[in-house]
Amino acid sequence: MHALALNFDFLFSNFSQLTVTGLALGAVYAMVALGYTMVYGVLQLINFAHSEVFMYGTFATLWTVYFMGGTAHTSGFALARMFAVAMVVAMVVSALVALLLERVAYRPLLRRNSPQLMALISAIGASFVLSESMGLRDNITRWIGLNDNFSRYVSGARDTRGLPMDIQTHKLFPIGNYQVTNIDLIVICCALLMMLLLDQFVRRSRLGRGIRAVAQDPESAALMGVNSTRVVQLTFLLGGLMAGAAATLYMLRIGATRFDAGFILGVKAFTAAVMGGIGNLRGALVGGLVLGVAENWGSALVGTQWKDVVAFVLLVVILLFRPTGILGESLGKARV
Amino acid sequence: MLLEVEGLCVNYGHIEAIRDISFSVAEGEITTLIGANGAGKTTTLKTISGLRKVREGRIVFDGKDITNVPPFERVKLGISQSPEGRGIFPGMTVRENLDMGAYARRDRKTAAYREDFDRVYQLFPRLQERVSQTAGTLSGGEQQMLAMGRALMARPRLVLLDEPSMGLAPRLIQQIFSIIAEIKAQGTTVLLVEQNAAQALRRADQAHVLETGEIVRSGTGEELSGDEAVKAAYLGGDV
Repeated sequence: MHALALNFDFLFSNFSQLTVTGLALGAVYAMVALGYTMVYGVLQLINFAHSEVFMYGTFATLWTVYFMGGTAHTSGFALARMFAVAMVVAMVVSALVALLLERVAYRPLLRRNSPQLMALISAIGASFVLSESMGLRDNITRWIGLNDNFSRYVSGARDTRGLPMDIQTHKLFPIGNYQVTNIDLIVICCALLMMLLLDQFVRRSRLGRGIRAVAQDPESAALMGVNSTRVVQLTFLLGGLMAGAAATLYMLRIGATRFDAGFILGVKAFTAAVMGGIGNLRGALVGGLVLGVAENWGSALVGTQWKDVVAFVLLVVILLFRPTGILGESLGKARV
Repeated sequence: MLLEVEGLCVNYGHIEAIRDISFSVAEGEITTLIGANGAGKTTTLKTISGLRKVREGRIVFDGKDITNVPPFERVKLGISQSPEGRGIFPGMTVRENLDMGAYARRDRKTAAYREDFDRVYQLFPRLQERVSQTAGTLSGGEQQMLAMGRALMARPRLVLLDEPSMGLAPRLIQQIFSIIAEIKAQGTTVLLVEQNAAQALRRADQAHVLETGEIVRSGTGEELSGDEAVKAAYLGGDV
């Protein structure tokens, strides 16, 4: 039996590595968190099926790489091109899943002014349907009667499926005693760029103003000529695009996925959204990065097996002292 | 008639909020609905804007039946509203709020659009002073001006004003009512809901008194100002 010892030596000797990889992980959390936060801002509803939107993005990435003929030897420019295409495909697929979700699981309830609890249950149900459809995809391809040539690619049912190649990392430049890799840099820069674009879209464009108007006062927004159904669709679409891009970045780092890969990542992203202040776009960014870094530091201190515990203890502590999250306020009231 | 409301019934849950209301609004005039709290004035306006479902009756705007047209489409047809409680977007700047007023317009890059900004700033110079301020930090009077200015940015043919004088200082109330007269003078038809009956009747061409969801009296503003029952109930006996 070991007493729980805090391993400060390990934390300090690997500080820069833990921080940089934590930021990369946190950037992925943040991008998924945006989907939770935007839908919450507009509908005051937690879209618990958003984790599956992300999971479909990981498979879209995986299969795109396979369909483009990726092998264990693909590398360099060919690999970069494959991932660029995969990201676009994953964004489209995730956006479509998100829109389908809105159409099937939410809109019929919203139209009838059902209580929020109904939408929550519908979300949880939709989440199971989406993830189990992926987990039972072998049966599904058989039922539809797809030919073996196709189903060979997508089979694997409930196993973890990985990319055909090991992604080669290249050391770029040192921060402290850690050599930052090209993958770290790509993930962090890509995520920040996408979030910057989204932030500017919501702040500056007419449609972005429509989103904020519905979040701040839905009745007034209708009086201004805002079609709230379109706005809700748009938030699901944007959330899906972000989750799809996050999924490709996740695959770039982790390299493998499974039908239930969305669950824990979704819970973490949701945690990040709440921690940053749900409904607040910049809060999702801050929450994601804080969570990613804290998880890495925490698991260095107390052991990797405590990683998830660290994340949720942090959530509870932050909410104890700042119930509205780090940046506080919702999309409704915040000056987004 | 620019707007015709015929036999309108609206329920609020199981309660009948308005019962068989009929009235019309002539182009270029100020029409006012007065009445006590809960008489159904706000519900009437919300129904005209499309925020409340009609149980019976119909609403005709400029000869077109709009009873089942969704609210965001009605804005395009030329109806805009400054809602009860102002309904400004607290997290947006004054400028962004005014931009929201023009959300449904397709001519947002033209000179006409910029002229409309100038027109709103002329009516409400305070808004121009505070153009970059977050709307949630404005005073009550300024928020009211913003709500009205925002409604005008839609370039409406008919503007619905819900209790523009509510909660304002007497001096400011005077100012708001003269601005309403100015809006009419500039050619926009006004449907005004007010609890401040004295002021509303003085400015109104046509007036209707609502009591528990029904119209109990109608006439010109002048006629109703002189009506003994109206005086007793809404004007404190003395105008």
